[in-house]
Amino acid sequence: MTKITFPVEATHIKMFAASLFDENPVYQGGSKELGVVAPPTFPQAVAQFDPEYFLRPKPGEAWFGSAKGPSGVEGKASSSGGLHAEQHFEYHRNLVAGDVLTVETMPGKTWEKESKRAGKLMFSERITEYRDQKGELVITARSVGVRTERPVAQG
Amino acid sequence: MTLKASELKVGATHKERVASNLSRTQLVQYAGASGDYNPLHTDEVYTTQVAGYPSVFAHGMLTMGLTGKMLTNFVGDGTLTKFGVRFTNQVWPGDTLDSTATVTAIREEGGHKLVDLTVSTVNQDGKEVVSGTATAKLD
Repeated sequence: MTKITFPVEATHIKMFAASLFDENPVYQGGSKELGVVAPPTFPQAVAQFDPEYFLRPKPGEAWFGSAKGPSGVEGKASSSGGLHAEQHFEYHRNLVAGDVLTVETMPGKTWEKESKRAGKLMFSERITEYRDQKGELVITARSVGVRTERPVAQG
Repeated sequence: MTLKASELKVGATHKERVASNLSRTQLVQYAGASGDYNPLHTDEVYTTQVAGYPSVFAHGMLTMGLTGKMLTNFVGDGTLTKFGVRFTNQVWPGDTLDSTATVTAIREEGGHKLVDLTVSTVNQDGKEVVSGTATAKLD
């Protein structure tokens, strides 16, 4: 898979923390000791820097969300049935503003399961490595996505 | 600030309210910050009429991020070595979420003192929406 360059910036960390209503001062200007540390789930914001990211509308391409009609594409969008089942981060060192990461995602295991609430569940794992300018591993992430046969029943 | 091993006991807990009456606008905020624009989280028309859900719902990663806020408030900044969760139920606009960390072990590894935790976030009905574990460095 392609490698993505992810510049970690103080303003982005501040916006990300604001979206979590996290008023920790370390995200506002950092501490002398640590710098501007990224929140634990910030690595996921690498999506901003992936030119191919399928969950961001792009110029000149049909988007599956609503516009004139309830969906901008005919039939059921291929990405509409995906949900996030698990997310795991391993932090090898602190991620701080000023880091420029190279991020690579590799496919992992796939498996299936039957469920009462959503029919057949198709799980797939992705492993993402975040490395710094020296090539040293900063974060390893493991994500499990699930595609459901039908929307998850509530209750 | 880092927690001290001498001040912690197995079974100790830390609990915080991490969301109150969660708004659709906060879901939009999170979409903008994270870059995840899946319409399931921000587009009520698509989500109800095409995807077949009763309303938009929160990104799993928003709920994990809210859980992480409780965690860093408890263990300190830049001390986590591991944080992993399963998303066990969806989170909806209007939900109020409480996150809890519970100490399961205090140990040493490679000369570092570490604390192992279970983490859990529940909604206003007591239903668990996130369940996981974390490890942090101690002083």
